[in-house]
Amino acid sequence: MSIDTATAARVAKLARIKVEDDALPALAQEFNTILGFIEQLNEVDVEGIEPMTSVTPQRLKRREDVVTEGDQQDKVLKNAPDAREGFFAVPKVVE
Amino acid sequence: MSELTKLTIAEARDALRKGDVTSVELTEASLKAIDAADALNAFVHKTPEIAMERARAADERLKAGDAPAMCGIPVGIKDLFCTKGVESQAASRILEGFKPEYESTISQNLIDAGAVMVGKLNMDEFAMGSSNETSTYGNAVNPWRRGNDEAQLTPGGSSGGSASAVAADLCLAATGTDTGGSIRQPAAFTGITGIKPTYGRCSRWGTIAFASSLDQAGPMTKDVRDAAIMLEAMCSHDPKDSTSVDLAVPDFEAALTGDIKGKTIGIPKEYHMDGMPDEIEDLWTRGKEMLADAGAKVVDITLPHTKYALPAYYVIAPAEASSNLARYDGVRYGHRAKLAQGDGITEMYEKTRAEGFGAEVQRRVMVGTYVLSAGFYDAYYNRARKVRALIKRDFDEVFAVGVDAILTPATPSAAFGLGEMKDADPVQMYLNDVFTVTVNLAGLPGIAVPAGLDKQGLPLGLQLIGKPWEEADLLNTAYALEKAAGFVAKPAKWW
Repeated sequence: MSIDTATAARVAKLARIKVEDDALPALAQEFNTILGFIEQLNEVDVEGIEPMTSVTPQRLKRREDVVTEGDQQDKVLKNAPDAREGFFAVPKVVE
Repeated sequence: MSELTKLTIAEARDALRKGDVTSVELTEASLKAIDAADALNAFVHKTPEIAMERARAADERLKAGDAPAMCGIPVGIKDLFCTKGVESQAASRILEGFKPEYESTISQNLIDAGAVMVGKLNMDEFAMGSSNETSTYGNAVNPWRRGNDEAQLTPGGSSGGSASAVAADLCLAATGTDTGGSIRQPAAFTGITGIKPTYGRCSRWGTIAFASSLDQAGPMTKDVRDAAIMLEAMCSHDPKDSTSVDLAVPDFEAALTGDIKGKTIGIPKEYHMDGMPDEIEDLWTRGKEMLADAGAKVVDITLPHTKYALPAYYVIAPAEASSNLARYDGVRYGHRAKLAQGDGITEMYEKTRAEGFGAEVQRRVMVGTYVLSAGFYDAYYNRARKVRALIKRDFDEVFAVGVDAILTPATPSAAFGLGEMKDADPVQMYLNDVFTVTVNLAGLPGIAVPAGLDKQGLPLGLQLIGKPWEEADLLNTAYALEKAAGFVAKPAKWW
């Protein structure tokens, strides 16, 4: 499997990272180096093996679906690059 | 005064309890050593006010006579841990200015134990790196040099600042985190001790996430006894981390008898790597002899899927990172890019993440995005998780036939020069973790212990891998190895 610049551009778009067009060939090349390394996994016989979900056999604990630490609007917004009137502010989403 | 920062935790604890020294004196000595060591770029956010306040409180507690072992001990905290009101950036530009409104469970446990935070420590960005060269703060520098050669060496990574600070006696100990070797490799590169406990032993809550199924915190210390003391203070069952284990935390220090008679130590043949320096092979051989002389039975074992650990890791870790780092969107915290007229929300995400993430983080996020994308999920991600299951089975099988611990080299080389790997492809850098990454994939405890110097005078470490939840036993084996190795070398001060 070889990644071309169009695929690299698609991956950058999916990851929401802006990559300039002139940087795409080098990026595609790096992907190919890394994926070439990963290709070794195809040598392994994984027939009948379950994909691991957790290193220790454990069930995720459950808790009551209730508010635990509410009423902290000021703290939640404290680090926002742009907070107005108790909300996170972002550029226009819907035309 | 500078002698005070050379103390181990155990020595300082005993001196504090006897009243021979105060936490204020220890802390002042540490802050002074830190200010004189800017050339190492280990501490990236200094917290002298917090430190002095906690030192005074620790002295009160010591006077009252009920102080735990870590009370009054100056420690550094890796920048990956959220610390209330103090910059916590994971060495990334995208978290510039972020001051959490909460404290990570690990750093809170240390506060509760009376430990004194003297500052935040440099690291690779989001813990992605093996040389501390991906940090937005610039490189941390290893206090060790190759003889009289002034070339700057890497302290390893990702916990490079932690390793540099402890090796240079800027503080008594530091926290690290380990996703593929990020505690053990820097510990080995700087001649200190570092342990990654069993996955689930340390809470991940409030620790900025890289790869959630692999990340574990642990202590980086001057010796094995200190690792036992500090690990105990860091561990706890935490309802805020659903993978935190509900098991009692043992008295790790009490397990340090040095008696390993009758223990079985496995030597995995797959860890003999082509092109590995003779000095590393020799050190490994000496390690085997030391453990055998101490009464352990040394046996050859096989871990057949070892070769596939790094490729599996470089699917699983980027996949988890791409999910975890999706939260950095320029909305809730940290950096937001300046937008052009007419830019919408997608441009905001894309520009913010392009400016905020460094090259290695971008690369891993995109690799992760690719291996999780439609059409490739089974071929890459699910296959890697199956291989991971086989890697864990390899370990389960050797433990089932009576192996108590496994001895390997900690790293395939000594510390290399900063910038030396600049032109290498990313995979060359990834090979640093070849001996450590299996341990994360299998969720096991692993410890790096300094065991000798190479021809250039640089420290080399050995790694011991233990059974799940058997950190006490592992620490005791490490203690026996440490005693036999008798490593006492220190870097000559140049900074």
